[in-house]
Amino acid sequence: MYGKGLRTLSIATVAALAAALSLIFFYAPLDADQGFIQKIFYLHVPLSIVALLGFVAGGVYAILHLRSGERRWDAYSYVCIHLSVIFAVGVLITGSIWAKASWGHWWVWDEPTLVSFLIVFLLYATYYPFRYAIEDPERQARYASVFAVTAGAFVPLNFLAVRLAESLVHPRVFATTAGGLPGSMMLAFLVSIAAMALLWVTLVKLELTAKSASGQLKRLRRALDAPAPGAPSRVAPEV
Amino acid sequence: MPALPLDEAGKYVAGAYVVFVVLLAVYVAIMAAKLQRIERELRELARFAEQRNGERERERVTTDV
Amino acid sequence: MTPSRLAFATILAKDLRAELRTLQSLPAMALFAVTTFVIFRFGLDRTSLSGSLAAGVLWATLLFAAVLGINRLFVAEREEGGFDAIRLAPIDRTALFAAKAAALLVYLLVLELIVVPVFALFFLDSAAALPPLAAVLLLADLGLAATGTLISSMAVHSRARDLLTPLVLLPLVVPLMIAATGATEPLLTLGGPAYDRFGTWLAVLGLYDLVFLLVGYAVFDFLLED
Repeated sequence: MYGKGLRTLSIATVAALAAALSLIFFYAPLDADQGFIQKIFYLHVPLSIVALLGFVAGGVYAILHLRSGERRWDAYSYVCIHLSVIFAVGVLITGSIWAKASWGHWWVWDEPTLVSFLIVFLLYATYYPFRYAIEDPERQARYASVFAVTAGAFVPLNFLAVRLAESLVHPRVFATTAGGLPGSMMLAFLVSIAAMALLWVTLVKLELTAKSASGQLKRLRRALDAPAPGAPSRVAPEV
Repeated sequence: MPALPLDEAGKYVAGAYVVFVVLLAVYVAIMAAKLQRIERELRELARFAEQRNGERERERVTTDV
Repeated sequence: MTPSRLAFATILAKDLRAELRTLQSLPAMALFAVTTFVIFRFGLDRTSLSGSLAAGVLWATLLFAAVLGINRLFVAEREEGGFDAIRLAPIDRTALFAAKAAALLVYLLVLELIVVPVFALFFLDSAAALPPLAAVLLLADLGLAATGTLISSMAVHSRARDLLTPLVLLPLVVPLMIAATGATEPLLTLGGPAYDRFGTWLAVLGLYDLVFLLVGYAVFDFLLED
């Protein structure tokens, strides 16, 4: 039962998002340097943290799948990566807007975190064509898991390499790490992270429920000996 | 770096948050399409099952007579 | 010799002998690389290169030439039943990964033995940078061999092998290219090689090699199942 608890989770997500938004706009003070622009920080950074953790979760589920051979874990891994890719699109667009607002360009190459994120996104974007090109479903699941594990190992290496390529040449313009945040900003930031994480978990659960529904539908169809409908998706695994 | 004035900064901040909302809306739309397909297939399946039950019923009636 | 080592040596020798006889990959890779240099000469409109431009031209060319070889790495196994033979044989499957990665490493080293001198001849003022460059090449080749073998062994089972290998491999080797070009750039500056952060970049290359050799070793078993 994948749908179990989905309602509670959705309510918690809405509440957390509302709390985060009100803290961001009515409680957290204006940043001394950046002014109002800094409000993007509360959206952009939590999104990116959650997206990265989602990629890690995808890798962990992929390891579970490889070790146990259960197709369920492959579906989990797929859904984690899928949602993190969607979040990553949000990260790149909001990052670009932030760059335009604070540096005057839509894209800056000397912001290592954003550049690393682009490369990570480019790698994970190939997950779909990669899956799609392998026809045998069992092999597809296995190879997709190998991809997820490999890409998981890639993420920290990539951040290291990009950071090394930039940081010594250009000093960082500001610290994106939360270390220097005053308490009230920190609170808004933490609540935003929690809200984004809840949103991610809710959407993962929703996606899994949808996959489970179409899986059960297929089972029902087989049990009734009903004629098959159009071709099912060959990219997404079913639960 | 000088902070942008509020009216200027507001556009960018609003833009970023709108991007987030639009992204969510697109996701919901895609999920809605999926849900629609599931519903359609369920409907077909239900019709198929009813039809078959009806046939069985008729068969039983003809064999009884 | 343990059975795994024997299997490793046998597969590697088979691959190298097959390449030597058919000459399927290496001449094409070398020809491609040299032609790419010519294209860069006109594309950039430069007759001599130094610094970051030289490093970029060299590494972009080597990478794309390597992709040609990586694409073909498992084709014979796939088309002539080598995978089945390996699965039936009572040997460690990782031996196949190690042997294929070693074969690819040899291809890349031979390719660079031909192509890097040509690059120096075409674009560089002096050959003084070549000895330290060899260390960078070796470490980068090791990483390329690890990731290339891994991706190629998966892509060969797909419908779109030729498309998939570069598509997945290129983002995967971006850190490798960052480190390799980072180390190469000061080596190729005008007025003799400099060693600006040379050690740091070699360490990153080494770390990359280590991580992906370990990942390949850990997951390769799963690629040969069924």
